[in-house]
Amino acid sequence: MSTVNVTLMVNGHRYSRDVPARMLLSDFLRDELALKGTHVGCEHGVCGTCNVLLDGRAVRSCLMFAVQADGAEIRTVEGLAANGKLHPLQDAFWQKHGLQCGFCTPGMLISATELLERCPEPSEEQIREAVSANLCRCTGYFNIVEAVRHAAAELKGGSR
Amino acid sequence: MKPSAFEYVRPGNLDEALQALSRYGERGRILAGGQSLVPMMNMRLVAPEILIDVNRVTGLDRVRVEGADLVIGAMARHAALRESPEVARHCPLMTEAYGHVAHGPIRNRGTLGGNVSHADPASEMPAVLLACDATLTCRSVAGERSVAARDFFLGPLQTALRTGEMLTEIRLPVAPPSRGYAFEEHSARHGDFAVVAVAVTLDVAGGRVSRAAVAMAGFGDHAMRVPSVEAAVVGTACDARAIAAAAAAGRDAARPVPSYHADEAYKRDLVETLCARALERALTRCR
Repeated sequence: MSTVNVTLMVNGHRYSRDVPARMLLSDFLRDELALKGTHVGCEHGVCGTCNVLLDGRAVRSCLMFAVQADGAEIRTVEGLAANGKLHPLQDAFWQKHGLQCGFCTPGMLISATELLERCPEPSEEQIREAVSANLCRCTGYFNIVEAVRHAAAELKGGSR
Repeated sequence: MKPSAFEYVRPGNLDEALQALSRYGERGRILAGGQSLVPMMNMRLVAPEILIDVNRVTGLDRVRVEGADLVIGAMARHAALRESPEVARHCPLMTEAYGHVAHGPIRNRGTLGGNVSHADPASEMPAVLLACDATLTCRSVAGERSVAARDFFLGPLQTALRTGEMLTEIRLPVAPPSRGYAFEEHSARHGDFAVVAVAVTLDVAGGRVSRAAVAMAGFGDHAMRVPSVEAAVVGTACDARAIAAAAAAGRDAARPVPSYHADEAYKRDLVETLCARALERALTRCR
């Protein structure tokens, strides 16, 4: 089978692989790079469990081919914690019980990270809009919204 | 649900892309944002032999005013257009409609050109283009032609694009600041495709409607203008009675296509309600 080279940064590390063109970015991250934090739910773009940050923007990794990410900088959920410390959003999800089964959580964290990086003081409506990109079957979203609000406040307060 | 294998071509400029399209004909498909094509490939609804990835073709994503037109490159991402001050100023209907289009991650990759080339009958932007009398620039190795939005959307996932052609630009006449506009949509959840959506632009002169454009998505099997509703408000003061009559005319605009979310009767009710709301709101914005 013919392959195409993809060379990219993921969570600050450089990778170069030869993969079939049809390999989805989600499968590349999970299977080629063993980064299982990015989940696969629907593979048609509606559930959001596959969200990753590509050059700072949340995208559905199930709707991109890995080869399209050549030259890109990707951050997955594994790249949020730094120096052994949870990202404020991760800490907030924990503190505010923003997850139950955890399946949607990586995608939620990615959406929330993009939101807070672009809009550090989001309104409740903006938080709801951002997390509406992700399906959660467990929580009813209340504690997810709370967690994002809490993280925004913590980041603003400069406690990290 | 994984896509079948394909040959992958990544042209570095527009000429190379057009040549690839010409060479491969029906066997090749353009990969732009991928937010419509890749789901279909993942579900094996389509299995293109060759994908022509145009994401490295520069210069196709610009937004600018040229003369009397707002010109949007086909590769402009939805997210950029939603935040664009030029779009907000010269086509505020588009900005408003973007509040109903999908979700952030989809908008970050999806392109306006890809969306309208795909022409899902329930997609919002084709209705916006129709209500704004847009012109679509279609290019091939043979040259360029302009197609009016009215002549572009032909059926479900069917457009006037010919084999070997790709959309490069969308031109919309700059809206005068006095023009009223409104976009109304009903969908199962925020961000879903429209069950029915209505886009309206209105011009008023001397207390009477001098020009009206009404377009809908989700009702029939493709986005369409609604001349019967337009005719019912032009020349009137667009008062409650005229709006009611115009909205009622929308019910019979076309044969509604029943869907999972709405049967024919519900779609007719929806189009009447949404036409009325859109006309009312558009009027309040007229100067």
